[in-house]
Amino acid sequence: MRTRFQQGLDELREKLLRMGGLAEQAVDRACQAYVERDLKRCHMVLEDESRINAAEREIDELAFDLLALQQPMAVDLRFILAVTKINSDLERVGDQAVNIAERVMDMVELPATELPVDIPRMAAAVSAMVRRALESFIEGKAELAQAVLEMDNVVDRMRDEAFIVLVRKMNDAPAVTRQALDALLVARNLERVADHATNIAEDVIFWVRGRDVRHNVGGEVAPIRETR
Amino acid sequence: MGVDIQVEHLNAWFGKTRAVQDITLKMSANHATAIIGPSGCGKSTFVRCINRMHETVPEARVSGQIRIGDLNVYNGTSATQVRRRIGMVFQKPNPFPTMSIYDNVAAGLKLNGFRDRRQLDEIVERSLTMAALWHEVKDALRKQSGASLSGGQQQRLCIARALAVEPQVLLMDEPCSALDPISTSKIEELIFQLKQRYTIVIVTHNMQQASRVAEYTGFFLLGNLIEFDKTEKIFTNPSDKRTEDYITGRFG
Repeated sequence: MRTRFQQGLDELREKLLRMGGLAEQAVDRACQAYVERDLKRCHMVLEDESRINAAEREIDELAFDLLALQQPMAVDLRFILAVTKINSDLERVGDQAVNIAERVMDMVELPATELPVDIPRMAAAVSAMVRRALESFIEGKAELAQAVLEMDNVVDRMRDEAFIVLVRKMNDAPAVTRQALDALLVARNLERVADHATNIAEDVIFWVRGRDVRHNVGGEVAPIRETR
Repeated sequence: MGVDIQVEHLNAWFGKTRAVQDITLKMSANHATAIIGPSGCGKSTFVRCINRMHETVPEARVSGQIRIGDLNVYNGTSATQVRRRIGMVFQKPNPFPTMSIYDNVAAGLKLNGFRDRRQLDEIVERSLTMAALWHEVKDALRKQSGASLSGGQQQRLCIARALAVEPQVLLMDEPCSALDPISTSKIEELIFQLKQRYTIVIVTHNMQQASRVAEYTGFFLLGNLIEFDKTEKIFTNPSDKRTEDYITGRFG
């Protein structure tokens, strides 16, 4: 047993999970800030993002060291490759949270208005996707990851609906166009977070099953032996 | 040109101990096949069955079939006939210490009664060139002994010696384990070139080496062939848990 190598893999896993927690928290805070028009939370999201960025660099460095020094093979190689890609997706999740926070900061300066879009519902669906994608990583379970992929369509539909109703609102009530546009952008940011959650799930499937299921290729393959 | 090596139900014993158990596999012509596995798993024994070296050990015996192209290794063929078709390179370079570089390469041919001096010169040059050694030794062919070369050069000299008899198959048993990284990389580059003309079987403990030089890899464990597949499959997503445990260092 390669103890030092295993310790390196464990450290990589822990760092990624901590980063995942930060990214999840940033999205939740940004959505909460939207609901409550809370500038303080928006600033917390910005702070979260700089911690996420630092975590991204740390994880890349550790992964790079493990690749260079330990020459991993098979499931370990797939794990490290998956971690580097998930790392990148989580960093982008942090960026999307910041984008949402910036929209909220803009909205707070405008009069509050009722908009025909259920952002909290969409946020809840997206958060659930991120959480489950991270759970699938923790558990090393491809079935959990597969369930995340199936949730993506739901969020896509929510984004499409938001687009239709908000554009209609802009036409009907030009005075609130800016608020509607901000809400539309928030919906789009949330949909992108869902895309990153989907990517994470695909990377977990690659790690666990050794199958590349991106872009609906290879998704039909029956599950093989779980490696964790 | 290289030829396929077809192994069927091969068993090899040392006395009562069965070191190789019912191996069936095909090693393709003009490809390199790596044999990996922990110490004592039977990989060297397996390779030594291919050129009938196993039977030189007292109390050792073999059952099963091996075909090298159209030659049936264990049925009506002499060991000498088999070994004419197969070159072998060992872990430790073993040039004939008292012979010059030239004579080392020409030894096999001379042993077979080959006497044409001009042709011998050509074959020695061609073999040393194929072994990527010619330019380093061409000015000292008869002046220097094989043993005076560096370890990496000695190993390439042994490869040249094996190639001089124009085999169809090249067996390599840990050919780089005694060499530094530069010599290792030269030998690996050489394997890459040589497989255009020969069928290569390489036993190695170095999995990175297997992944670099071989198109196919077989994993041996306790005398059994656990998995045989394309090298990229073996090292990225093996089918058998035991293979994965071994190549990821979780074995044992």
